[in-house]
Amino acid sequence: MTQTTAVHGERISLLRVLGPGHVWALGVGIVLVGEYMGWNFAVGKGGAIAALIACWVAGLLYTCVAMIDSEVTSTVAAAGGQYAQAKHIVGPLMAFNVGLFLVFAYTMLEAANAITLGYLVQTVGSMAGFADTHDKPFIVLTIMFLAWLNYRGVYATLTFNLVITAIAFVAIWVLFFAVQPWSSVYMKHGDLLTGLPYGWLGVLAALHFGMWYYLGIEGTTQAAEEVRSPARALPLGTMTGIITLLIAATMTWYICAGIMPWEYLGQAVTPLFDAARLTDSTLLMVLLFIGTIFSTLASANGCINDASRAWFSMGRDRYLPQVFGAVHPKYRTPYRAIVFLVPVALVFAYFAPLDQVITFSILSGLLEYTFMAINVIMFRQKWPLGVIKRGYVHPFHPLPALVLLLLCSVTYFAVFLGYGTQLIAMMVFYIVASLWFAFHRYKFVRRGAQFTMPWPKPVGY
Amino acid sequence: MAKTPYKPPTQSLLGQTFDTLFLLALVMAALFIPLYLGLAGGGKTTLELKDTTWAGMGQNATMQAQWEKLGFTAGPKTEENATSAAELISSRFDYSFEPVELAITALVVIGYFFIVFHWSKKEYRDVIDERFNNK
Repeated sequence: MTQTTAVHGERISLLRVLGPGHVWALGVGIVLVGEYMGWNFAVGKGGAIAALIACWVAGLLYTCVAMIDSEVTSTVAAAGGQYAQAKHIVGPLMAFNVGLFLVFAYTMLEAANAITLGYLVQTVGSMAGFADTHDKPFIVLTIMFLAWLNYRGVYATLTFNLVITAIAFVAIWVLFFAVQPWSSVYMKHGDLLTGLPYGWLGVLAALHFGMWYYLGIEGTTQAAEEVRSPARALPLGTMTGIITLLIAATMTWYICAGIMPWEYLGQAVTPLFDAARLTDSTLLMVLLFIGTIFSTLASANGCINDASRAWFSMGRDRYLPQVFGAVHPKYRTPYRAIVFLVPVALVFAYFAPLDQVITFSILSGLLEYTFMAINVIMFRQKWPLGVIKRGYVHPFHPLPALVLLLLCSVTYFAVFLGYGTQLIAMMVFYIVASLWFAFHRYKFVRRGAQFTMPWPKPVGY
Repeated sequence: MAKTPYKPPTQSLLGQTFDTLFLLALVMAALFIPLYLGLAGGGKTTLELKDTTWAGMGQNATMQAQWEKLGFTAGPKTEENATSAAELISSRFDYSFEPVELAITALVVIGYFFIVFHWSKKEYRDVIDERFNNK
């Protein structure tokens, strides 16, 4: 199903040009940067071993997300992903909130990418003798360049992502083999692993940043209106994406935990690049510099793509001012949504510290996953199997949903440990936004027209 | 009998601009209020290190070698010794909390979801009613 937008009286829609490879690149491209930066704050919250446990527990959380998402998305294949799902399954206020979760999870992730890129350029600039190199111009340039690329067209944008994601992924593999994980030439786990500095409470706390290894994989759904075969490409791209990330996350932990002290690793901005520095190999340093730059670019690029689609979809449905629901007459992209989100990303990237920006992103993601667990249960209740055609049916229902709900609850507690204020600030933001929508904005929204899927009436209505 | 479909008012350009600015202000407030009040990252504390030699900071020979390769030195952090690792090594999270704080946070999260799902259900009935019962 493709929805259209009127421009100068002509009905135009997003272009269906993407295959499973692009879906994989969109998902992994957004997330792979999580191996290059951010995940290591889990080491700071609980120690290296806690971070490994968090990596696998978060992996389980995201496997549930991918299973659930594959079923619902392959059935509700509309731009906006989980936002469109919430609109059809739960109701308008939830959909509005889910749209905001998506936009802020991705926009904050984009800001975090720009901060990392700027920091790395500044570090390498200093190492190369340019002591005055400053990160801020690179932060601004990154966001502006990628916004321009997204403005110009989705095919070029995601093909660009496919190439640079593959290079960043290969860089992790090269580093993994270069540090000879089978020997103790570089790997000193015996000397560097120090148990659990915060005990088991630290393991729980580490789950907060453990999510960073995978956050954004659910973004594959944003391209639902632009893939040629949603029922095949979306589950295939998402599930291969999560497998790719589980492998990359474990390799990343193994390299970093075996080569640097946990106190450093827990606060490093670019841990994989630092791991390459510790090998004394200039070639590896250059490769991991390129890998980090490419992963941040690919991620920020995918984030702009996803956040703007969610914002566009909300504008098209009048959940937000209608001006955002426009498609560019020539490039067929949601250009106004892309432009509007640029200053938001810039302000966060320019003024906020990296761990705070990441926490804002993680919290929005966490709220979204909590919704997804309840959403899939409601989906199966309102349209039981066999009532509508599903592109994919995930096994063991409702177990993945219940496991996801449990892991989300634990992760809220993990965020509360050390970042409780941000959690409350974020909740206040969503509560005020909800009040604004329910008591002001919703009057501009058409009622029946929100339900666009060709399904029968839901059970119980 | 079928109900008349709801006809939403058309929002003026000025109204759209105001709504956009309101959302933008709300986002900025969510970021800057915790930062401005100094509440962001409030869960961190600093260990008091009496001995800032590598051994005194709990670092073995392998750890020391890696710190040094990364460009860090031992000793207290001063203007002359700006590359000291002491600050990083002594930084810790403080996980002590009051149960009432946890209870309030849990209440806010659960309450938020409860209200959003409940309100959505009410709105959803209208959507389904208009979509399926007006044919």
